[in-house]
Amino acid sequence: MSLTSAGAAKDQVGRLLRLVPYLHARDQVSLDEAARALGVPPLQLEKDLRVLFLCGLPGGYPDDLIDVDLDALEGEGVIRVSNAEYLARPLRLTPTEASAIIVALQALRAGSPRETRDVVDRALAKLSAAAAGSTPLVDPGDDEPTLLERRAQLEDAVRRRRQVQITYYVPARDQESERVVDAHAVVSHHGVAYLDAYCHSAHAPRLFRLDRIHEATVLEAEIATSPRKPRDLTDGVFGGEEATLVTLRLQPQARWMEEYYSVEEVRPLAEGGSEVDLLVGDERWLQRLLLRLTPYAEVVSPAQYGQGAAAAIRRALALYDHPPG
Amino acid sequence: MSASKTERLLNLLIMLLVQRHYVSKERIREILYPDSPSTDAFEKTFERDKEELRSLGVPIEVGQIDPYFDDEPGYRIRADEFALPDISLESDEAQVVALATRVWDHARLADATADAVGKLAAAGLDLDLGALEIAQPRLSADEPSFDVFWEATLARRPVTFDYRRPGYDEPLTRHLEPWGVVRFSGRWYVVGQDTDRGEERVFRLSRVVGAGAMSGPPGSFVVPPGTDVRGVARRLAPAKPAEEAVVLVRPGAAAVLRRTATRTQPDVDGPDEETPWDRLHLSGAHADELLAFGPDLYVESPLALREELVERLRAGARATS
Repeated sequence: MSLTSAGAAKDQVGRLLRLVPYLHARDQVSLDEAARALGVPPLQLEKDLRVLFLCGLPGGYPDDLIDVDLDALEGEGVIRVSNAEYLARPLRLTPTEASAIIVALQALRAGSPRETRDVVDRALAKLSAAAAGSTPLVDPGDDEPTLLERRAQLEDAVRRRRQVQITYYVPARDQESERVVDAHAVVSHHGVAYLDAYCHSAHAPRLFRLDRIHEATVLEAEIATSPRKPRDLTDGVFGGEEATLVTLRLQPQARWMEEYYSVEEVRPLAEGGSEVDLLVGDERWLQRLLLRLTPYAEVVSPAQYGQGAAAAIRRALALYDHPPG
Repeated sequence: MSASKTERLLNLLIMLLVQRHYVSKERIREILYPDSPSTDAFEKTFERDKEELRSLGVPIEVGQIDPYFDDEPGYRIRADEFALPDISLESDEAQVVALATRVWDHARLADATADAVGKLAAAGLDLDLGALEIAQPRLSADEPSFDVFWEATLARRPVTFDYRRPGYDEPLTRHLEPWGVVRFSGRWYVVGQDTDRGEERVFRLSRVVGAGAMSGPPGSFVVPPGTDVRGVARRLAPAKPAEEAVVLVRPGAAAVLRRTATRTQPDVDGPDEETPWDRLHLSGAHADELLAFGPDLYVESPLALREELVERLRAGARATS
C-alpha cells in the first residue's frame, strides 16, 4: 500500500470522527449544509458516509453497524445517522490543534479593543480548560493595536481598489509627507509589514512600512494603476533600487545595528568590534544612523559618506556651548 | 483510497472504545484481521494501525489483562480520554473562535486551527463568522526551524541545531531543551535550557541555520514550574526609561517624537536663533534615538540624559576631527 493511500485512510477516519458527532447533535441535515459546516467537499462527504455504514460494534450482526440512511441521502439529499452513540463526542484536541487555536486567540486578543478583549478572554478560558494538559508554551507577543487597525484599513482599500491618502514618515529626511497612492497589496518581510503601492507623488511603485504610515484615509477614487502580482520580497526590500556599498567600523556598543538592519557582511575585529558592509540607498539615512551610533561607528569607505555626519555632530555639540538664557 | 483500511481503523477504534476491559491481541486479530496470512503480518499491520490512530490523537492505552500474569498485553481507549470535554460557548465567544481560523499565516498551523474549529463545530457549536469588530492580526512564521521548535516544545523533546551568532561567521552546534516559543516584534524566539552551558538561553529562530532536529524522545525534560514565556518576551524588549524627558526641536523636525509627546509648547527660546524651537515633553527617551536628530534637537532635562548626549557628541567630534 502506498504512503498516500495510508495517509488518506487516516484522514478519512479523522473526518468521520467529526462527521458522526456533528450529525448526532442534529436531527437531520442536508448534505450541503454539513459539507459547509465541516469544511469538506460534498462529494467527499458522501464517499465518507458510504464507508461509515460498514463500521460498527465488533459483533458482526447487522444491528451492530452504524446506521446511515442512504435512502434519505439519495432521495432528499439529507443525512441521518444512528446507532453510533459511542462516537457522539468529537475527539479531543491534539496538542498541536489546542496550541494553534489558543495562540491564534491570544494574537486576536492583542488586537482587540477593550470591549472585545473580554469576549476573547472568556473563549480562551473555556478552550484552555478543554485542552487541559496541553497548555501551549507559545506566546504570539503583542502587536501594536493601531498597527493592526491600519493593516485592516489598508487591506480593505486593496480589496475595494480604492486610492489611499497617507501621511508617511521618511526617517532619512526626518519628514512626514502627504501622498496619494494606489494600494496594491500588504506584504510582510522578516516580520515587518509593508504597503506595496503605486505612489502618485513619485510616479513610481513604492513600498511603505506600515509602522511609518502615520495617517491613512481611504479615498472614494478608484485606483488608476492596475494591481501587479504581489511583490516577492525574498531578495530583500531594496530589490532593484540603486544603492552604494558602505563599510562601517563598529565598536561593541554599536553592534546591535548588525541585527537591526540588513547588512551584507560582518567581519569581526579584535576587542569585540567589527567591520560591516551595508547597502545604502539614501545618504541622509546613513547620516542619521551614524548620529545615532555616535561615537561608536565610523565610515571606512567611501570616506566622504562620513562627512555629513561629522559636520552634524559638531553643529549639535555647538548647541550646548551656548546654553539658552 | 482503500475504503477497507478506513473501515478497519474505525472498527478498531470502536472496538477498543466500547470495551470496559483491555482487549487482547488475539481477539483483535480474530475479529478485525481474520485474513492476516501470518502472525508477523498481523503484528506489522496492527502496529501501523495503532500508530495511525494515535497520530490522530486517539489515546490507545496498553495494559495487563490479568494483573497476576504479565505476559499478555491488552488494549483499550478510555471514553473520557477520547472525547472532547463539554465546551459551551456563547455566540460572541463562538464568533471569536471562528475568527481564529484566519490568524495563522502558516500552512500547518492554519490547518491545525481549522481542525480544532472543525471538532468544536462537530460538538454542536455554531461557528459562523459574524461581524465582530476585531482587527485581524496575522501570525506568520517563515523561519525554517519554526516547526521543529514548536513540535519539540509541545512534546518536550530536546533540539540540536546550528546557530549563527551575530558577527561570527561559523555557526555553532547547540543543544537545547525548549521551554517555549515567543514572538516579539514580528520575530520568533525560543527559550529553554542550553544543556551545553547549563543555563537558560534565548535564541532567535532566524539565526538558526537550517531546520534543526529533535534529538531525544518525547517527555525528555520537565519545564521548570513557573516558567513564564511572556516574561521572557518582556525581558527581550528594550525598556523605555520611565523618567520624563524635555527636549527642544526645530519646527518640522522629529515628527516621530511629536507624535508621542505628552505636551508640546510651540515657539520657545532655544540654544540658537537660526529657527524658532518647540518644546516637547516625552514620557521617556533613549540617547540613541535623540542623537539621530543631530542639530535639530536639544536636550533640556533630565541632566543625566543631557550629559550622556553631550559626552557622546564630544567623543564623536574628537573621532571625526
